[in-house]
Amino acid sequence: MARQFGDVVIDLQNISLRFGGVKALTDISFNVVEHEIRAIIGPNGAGKSSMLNVINGVYHPQEGNIIFRGQQRQKMEPYEAASQGIARTFQNIALFKGMSVLDNIMTGRNLMMKTSFLHHMLYWGKAQREEIEHRKKVEEVIDFLEIQSIRKTPVGRLPYGLQKRVELARALAAEPTLLLLDEPMAGMNVEEKQDMCRFILDVNDQFGTTIVLIEHDMGVVMDISDRVVVLDYGKKIGDGTPDEVKNDPKVIDAYLGTSH
Amino acid sequence: MFYREAGQFKASYQADSRIFPIRQDQIGFVALMAFLFLVVPFIANQYWLQAVLIPVLIFGLAALGLNILTGYAGQLSLGSAAFMAVGAFGTYNFMLRIDGMPFLVAILLGGLCAAAVGILFGLPSLRIKGFYLAVATLAAQFFIVWVLVKFGWFSNYSSSGVITAQRVNILGIDFRSPEMKYLLTLTVVTVLALLAKNMVRSSTGRKWMAVRDMDVAAEVIGIRLMRTKLQAFAISSFYCGVAGALYAYMYLGTVEPEGFNLDLSFKILFMIIIGGVGSIMGSFIGAAFIVLLPVLLNVAFHGSIGAFVPADLASNMELIIFGSLIIFFLIVEPHGLARLWQLAKEKLRLWPFPH
Repeated sequence: MARQFGDVVIDLQNISLRFGGVKALTDISFNVVEHEIRAIIGPNGAGKSSMLNVINGVYHPQEGNIIFRGQQRQKMEPYEAASQGIARTFQNIALFKGMSVLDNIMTGRNLMMKTSFLHHMLYWGKAQREEIEHRKKVEEVIDFLEIQSIRKTPVGRLPYGLQKRVELARALAAEPTLLLLDEPMAGMNVEEKQDMCRFILDVNDQFGTTIVLIEHDMGVVMDISDRVVVLDYGKKIGDGTPDEVKNDPKVIDAYLGTSH
Repeated sequence: MFYREAGQFKASYQADSRIFPIRQDQIGFVALMAFLFLVVPFIANQYWLQAVLIPVLIFGLAALGLNILTGYAGQLSLGSAAFMAVGAFGTYNFMLRIDGMPFLVAILLGGLCAAAVGILFGLPSLRIKGFYLAVATLAAQFFIVWVLVKFGWFSNYSSSGVITAQRVNILGIDFRSPEMKYLLTLTVVTVLALLAKNMVRSSTGRKWMAVRDMDVAAEVIGIRLMRTKLQAFAISSFYCGVAGALYAYMYLGTVEPEGFNLDLSFKILFMIIIGGVGSIMGSFIGAAFIVLLPVLLNVAFHGSIGAFVPADLASNMELIIFGSLIIFFLIVEPHGLARLWQLAKEKLRLWPFPH
């Protein structure tokens, strides 16, 4: 493969997460290196989404260390993760239903907009220049994801597949270095899945964005990811390239299914 | 000309992000403003100015304040009247206690007092949402009115807490006649409404709406919930406070704390529900509806069957019809009258050739 991987972006060491008596994650360690596409797979309830929530600060694990870009991470809030360049999409679409596609994507750039509400009140000079400058960036994202025709549509009126795409656009608008995708292809038909795969590969290729994704479609996972980590009941049962994982007996037993 | 944007091309993002992107709307807005500023003061009589136009503008401003908080930021509040009271009594005290205080500065300071109080009572919103938050803001409603009654200092130790608005004089011009009061109210309300429109179409408004629509996602893309919610509380209360000051100085002349009771808070809430939650224009349409409808019903009654039924029955029937009309409009369009207006415009763009 011609692609170049860099240093470790995030290193998760012995992560354990409990909700009361329920153990969501137990002693999980894996890392993600720069520019790779890292998949997390596993049966329902294996702790995949919890894993993403740990990475972007929604959940705080009781045990374990997270080293993000060489720095031990303290307990932090989601907005701090966002300001460090981590963006994500959600399993159940989490768009802002009352707003247009354009406004949704513009919201993705909120951390880069520095003017205060006093500027916005006047909508003149600095505030307007900033708005237009970010609009240009947002239009680039819109072009990239081929959603020009719906930019003024309220997101609530869009079909499911397009909503997923708008959510990706909102995440990309933040120009993340680490992008977390929670089941980006769930509920899509084959063509929509192909489009989405293409966009994910393009993002990775053109912007060098590191991607961590959760996906159930094994064909997709094996095709586009560089390395796969397999979870089951909150424990890690496999880690490696798609080929290694595919042939791991433990993984086959727990997830891919065996023909007894 | 027909109402449509055919032939109007936008060559810049600036042109695309205007308040009124369609030229016919721009012309309409300028014409409306010209009418309100230049024609109305000369043709309207004292009754219309004092009893209809000024209260519509003032309630519209208060409704706009609540709409910022509830319609845009999604935080339900039942304390709008209390924040109006803070603005009114704040302005009164700045006028009273500081010699030569300009009225507009006093209103601004009164509004800022309301904003500070709004932040204080907005703190529960960090932990609770929806109806529970509405109940928490009820505390503001009762507590503030109680404080204003209990401590005579706020009303300059007048009996029963009634305050009488000082005479308003700006740059040597006396604002005593209904026409002048109307013009001053209209100016303040127009400026504040435009500022609000600018906020909601920029990053500030997008953050509010993001928190309203999906707070978890908002936090994940870097919006700080606490800051955004408290900002909405502050700005909303500022608007309510200024509305309260205008209510005291431009509309009633004398007010007492009990005048800013829960009834008034509900009235303002009804205005935004009927006018349109999350719409600047809806706030004013809702205010006009609530203020004008009883007047129109009254006129209609006196002109028709009023002569045949006893007066007390007639006034009760007015209330019944008023209530049924509110229910009717909510069933026809749950998103408020502003939404009806929007749908009408969308239809009009195709009219008269809908295919």
